[in-house]
Amino acid sequence: MANPNGIGASVRRREDQRFLTGRGNYTDDFKRLNMTHAVHVRSPYAHARILGIDASGALAMPGVVAVLTGADMEADKVGSLPCGWQIHSKDGSPMKEPPHYPLARDRVRYVGDAVAVVIAETREQARDAAEAVVVDYEELPAAATSTRAIDGSAPLVHDDAPGNVCYDWHLGDKAAVDAAFAQATHVATIDLVNQRLVPNAMEPRAALGEYDPSNGEYTLTTTSQNPHVTRLLMGAFVLGIPEHKLRVVAPDVGGGFGSKIFHYGEEAVVTWAARKVGRPVKWTADRSESFLTDAHGRDHVSHAEMAMDADGNFLALRVSTLANLGAYLSTFAPSIPTYLYATLLAGQYKTPAIYAEVKAVFTHTAPVDAYRGAGRPEACYLIERLVDVAAGVVGLDKTEIRRRNFVPAEAMPYQTPVALQYDTGDFAKNLDIALPLVDYDGFRQRRADSRARGKLRGIGFATYIEACGIAPSNVAGALGARAGLYECAEVRFHPTGSVTVFTGAHSHGQGHETTFAQIVAERFGIPIENVEIVHGDTNKIPFGMGTYGSRSLAVGGSALVKAMDKVERKAKKIAAHMLEAAETDIEVKDGRFTVAGTDKSLGIGDIALQAYVPHNFPLDELEPGLDEQAFYDPKNFTYPNGCHVCEVEIDPDTGVTTIVNFAAVDDFGRVINPLIVEGQVHGGLVQGIGQALFENCVYDEESGQLVTGSYMDYCMPRADDVPSFTVRYHEDQPCTHNPLGVKGCGEAGTIGAAAAVINAVVDALSDYGVTHMDMPATPEKVWRVIREATPAMAAE
Amino acid sequence: MSCTVSMTVNGKTVSREVEERTLLVTFLREHLGLTGTHVGCDTSQCGACVVHVDGRSVKSCTALAVQADGAEVTTIEGLAAADGTLHPMQAAFREHHGLQCGFCTPGMVMSAVDLVRENPNPTEAEIREGLEGNICRCTGYHNIVKAVKAGAEAMSAAQPAAVAAE
Repeated sequence: MANPNGIGASVRRREDQRFLTGRGNYTDDFKRLNMTHAVHVRSPYAHARILGIDASGALAMPGVVAVLTGADMEADKVGSLPCGWQIHSKDGSPMKEPPHYPLARDRVRYVGDAVAVVIAETREQARDAAEAVVVDYEELPAAATSTRAIDGSAPLVHDDAPGNVCYDWHLGDKAAVDAAFAQATHVATIDLVNQRLVPNAMEPRAALGEYDPSNGEYTLTTTSQNPHVTRLLMGAFVLGIPEHKLRVVAPDVGGGFGSKIFHYGEEAVVTWAARKVGRPVKWTADRSESFLTDAHGRDHVSHAEMAMDADGNFLALRVSTLANLGAYLSTFAPSIPTYLYATLLAGQYKTPAIYAEVKAVFTHTAPVDAYRGAGRPEACYLIERLVDVAAGVVGLDKTEIRRRNFVPAEAMPYQTPVALQYDTGDFAKNLDIALPLVDYDGFRQRRADSRARGKLRGIGFATYIEACGIAPSNVAGALGARAGLYECAEVRFHPTGSVTVFTGAHSHGQGHETTFAQIVAERFGIPIENVEIVHGDTNKIPFGMGTYGSRSLAVGGSALVKAMDKVERKAKKIAAHMLEAAETDIEVKDGRFTVAGTDKSLGIGDIALQAYVPHNFPLDELEPGLDEQAFYDPKNFTYPNGCHVCEVEIDPDTGVTTIVNFAAVDDFGRVINPLIVEGQVHGGLVQGIGQALFENCVYDEESGQLVTGSYMDYCMPRADDVPSFTVRYHEDQPCTHNPLGVKGCGEAGTIGAAAAVINAVVDALSDYGVTHMDMPATPEKVWRVIREATPAMAAE
Repeated sequence: MSCTVSMTVNGKTVSREVEERTLLVTFLREHLGLTGTHVGCDTSQCGACVVHVDGRSVKSCTALAVQADGAEVTTIEGLAAADGTLHPMQAAFREHHGLQCGFCTPGMVMSAVDLVRENPNPTEAEIREGLEGNICRCTGYHNIVKAVKAGAEAMSAAQPAAVAAE
């Protein structure tokens, strides 16, 4: 009998009860005895020399416990925040990797760079005193954009990075691409900007440091997507605390979207300061601080060309991208515009030759790192915009040019010219499912109807493929990762048959406490209520690489299966012993262990009890206990893929774009919980739509000030800005190399949506000769394009 | 300067000596330990801090505690029945997966309850407009809208007289 809460069931989330009743435990909710509060003094300048810091006034203020600076950290030999990924330039030289101290030492390099920390009895007192810390700055000229940073005359962000270049990297076969372009009948070209975004998890970052002098143990409670990695980086590289004396807890975390993967300076500051002042220290960012200091996302400027034959078959793709890394290297920053971007430039197409160059530069802005999709949205956007342009050049329907160039399902596994090998995918099928969902055949009529009402209508497609389950340690290592990327799980049966699962994946909205429990309930035929999922605590979980890159289920779930396999093997031994049968005669189904051909059987609960209260185990071959741990390192990435279609209507009088229909068809492999998967898609879509229509992180070119530093300036999508969605998935292309057949669903929506929306907007504006529009397609931008293209109207 | 603030929070009378500048949300979180109400921004934009003051939704990051002196305040902790039974709106959010990370959820639910009090049978467009002051980064709003619709129906079914009376 199928488990009602097993794989494939839309089980309602178990974590919701506490979130809905105000009983969640987020980092800022924790209070400790004698706890103090930290507020950072941050640079108001994009670039300045620190000539001196006078904290005397602040120290005299009520409640102030300490004011600590970069000099104090230097005196305590606190290290630089490490970077987890090394890229080598075309010439073989390693990337420039300047130091990144938690508190700046002699120069500040972006608005918000931390200079000092004030610790006081209350947050308000710390805030008041922070304003009284006098920092003597010598302001220096800044380079706030990537194009400015490499113009030859720009001020240097780091003296040891000439021209502000971190690395100048490439991938692919340049000679083959050049040869293909020489023979091409058609060439499509595009220049585009993938604008900088602020991830904006709704919970601002926070960190609580504690030090116990009785045993020398530190505890950091933090808003992290991967506490073990934070422990490793902060312990080993920044503060010099060995793992057994450092506990990192990531409790309930209010969204991450990549921005909470990284090890941030504030985590080191509160941990270090807790010992320094002898009391717990809590820091919580306010939203303005989050805007300034959370790692931002995207920020690419690209040129791309597609060579085609007379029939619109893709012959070669050439891409050149300028990527802004900000002022310092965030934890995974170098990997995003390289191995998570250029390796995806084949998209769903069998383009035989691809060559990509990526120049990554430092600027006087906040660090840039992974934001939902991380490189893959940038790749998808570039390809899918270029394909639309290509359709125009060749004169093909936008669906036809895609079909013509899809990697066919029968070509799987397919080796792309940019390093990846896709295992499965039926791209034409995704498109076939999508077209009736949006009534593509009826679009012409709808466009005519809109015209009759004085409106403009457009339809846009985006097909995407992403590499998820980040992953295979050998591949990651070869590409520059300084750590393997496996995952760990432990499955502990208790004597009375309930189970605790310890996973190195971390849930910050994804619902692991439900989906992981479904997998266990299904495997052992037990009620889901008997399964507890524990995550986010380095003292409880053996190890973990955390959650990002849609990896939790594909890697963490696979580790869970591997641990369950071990449990089952052990349980089988115990069953054989108890039933006085040969182990080879024991058959296992849904948690029942039966002697083949008999009615002698035991449930997993009986076996668990015997495992802990054994009387006559043959101890030389059978240990007591039923608790197994596994590490899983995948063989390959997983490749979720899909087709997103967006239909928009534009009001030419106001420039307002309304999404009138949006359909997403995805192949995530096997789906554990449809309700949760669809929720992930919805949320991802709105982040993609947000980029396409609303969001834009802007620094003033001259001063380097963050212009969009609050929700009043940075336009977040709200409920009345977006539609409801039509979401479909199919499961007939499961991943071939992990035990669950899962591919990952967390980022897909964001990857496909932006391209689909902009393709629709450009389609709607095609009558005005528009072939491209950079994001976000704000009403003002759309309105201006329309006005400029219709001088007669403008004169009215 | 400090002052004494007294109010009824989730049915209990409370009184505390606080700095005059203390925000209502700080009063709830720091002084009363009611950490279900969250702070997601500092410009009154996100709505994570919405509570009910005398039955109406208020962004508690934008009100001083003294402004709620003498008022009846309900936070997310006070929404479910005393026996733990979820309010119909809470139950609808769970049923329709209207939350992911849970951070915006308390404010979203409190706003939704107030929205339905004012408009017991809202359309999708009215729900979307009504929640314009609450930002959610996880759900894309799709399931929140479904949840509020269902929650509205359940609220009407549960207490037709009470809803009509307000």
